[in-house]
Amino acid sequence: VRPESGFLPQLFNMTLSYEDFPTGCVGTFGPRRVTREEILAFATEFDPQPMHLDEEAAGRSMLNGLAGSGWHLCAIIMRMMFDGFIGRTASLGSPGVNELRWLAPLRPGEELMLDVDVVEARISNGRPETGIVTFKAVARNAVGQVLCEMITPIIVRRRWPDAAEEAR
Amino acid sequence: MHFFEDIEVGQRREVGSFTFTADGIKIFAAQFDPQPFHLDEAAGRNSLFGGLAASGWHVASVCMKLSVAYGQRLAREAAARGEAVAVWGPSPGFRELRWIRPVLAGDTISFASEVEQRRTSDSRPEWGILQIRNTGTNQRGELAFSFLATAFVPRRNAAAV
Repeated sequence: VRPESGFLPQLFNMTLSYEDFPTGCVGTFGPRRVTREEILAFATEFDPQPMHLDEEAAGRSMLNGLAGSGWHLCAIIMRMMFDGFIGRTASLGSPGVNELRWLAPLRPGEELMLDVDVVEARISNGRPETGIVTFKAVARNAVGQVLCEMITPIIVRRRWPDAAEEAR
Repeated sequence: MHFFEDIEVGQRREVGSFTFTADGIKIFAAQFDPQPFHLDEAAGRNSLFGGLAASGWHVASVCMKLSVAYGQRLAREAAARGEAVAVWGPSPGFRELRWIRPVLAGDTISFASEVEQRRTSDSRPEWGILQIRNTGTNQRGELAFSFLATAFVPRRNAAAV
């Protein structure tokens, strides 16, 4: 990373660039244990439905027992991706999530693992000094049950933008 | 909350507004998304966002927060009128989530939802399936956030069983 590129000082320590994310496996991250207390804390603030807060009500719900909010699971996946690789990637943010499926409830005490693959990588048309890396992240529990799948693009700085493209 | 039969395509509901503070943005980011532009004003100013920006997952979680409060308000009102209260099922997911514009410290986002599609479930006739476009618009009227959620909604006749 060149100083004149306008990078923030903290980005100098971030080693992963667009070129480091070819299509294919990125890695498996975790385990991340999810406690009952944090499930209740997130649900209290952001998703106070009985199935996320109260054992008895949750037992009568379609989830058959206390389960974390799906948005809590999304936030945990974000943190697992951060700890796994985004924290040392020249990430400029994400435009969104193409698709997300909640496949099984998040139970208290669960140990999550996250499998991450690159499904597409292309250079940005609008900002040729960056690429758009589309990740597929699959969260599963200790017995291998898939809880959530998401497909999300992230904008990543290129290490070696082509001179021709830079001059455009 | 409403039953399937009470819902029409094109119905729009104003769900509520929320002001994102610098402290709130940093607290969420420190826990779930500690990228510099979500934690530090200077890093945010020097990023594509142009200021301290809320994590997209924070924006989505606040959308859920306001949607739950809105649904619970409707349920209380229905119960007060002596009507049956519809309990929606867990969502199987969403698609087309777009963080269209950054949500910066001090921004107030107004969330709304609009039903785009409505059909009955073939495999579970007691349920209807909705595609709902949820949006967040900032104080300047600019669309900042949008996603298309799938929801399972009970049918009224099933509640009578």
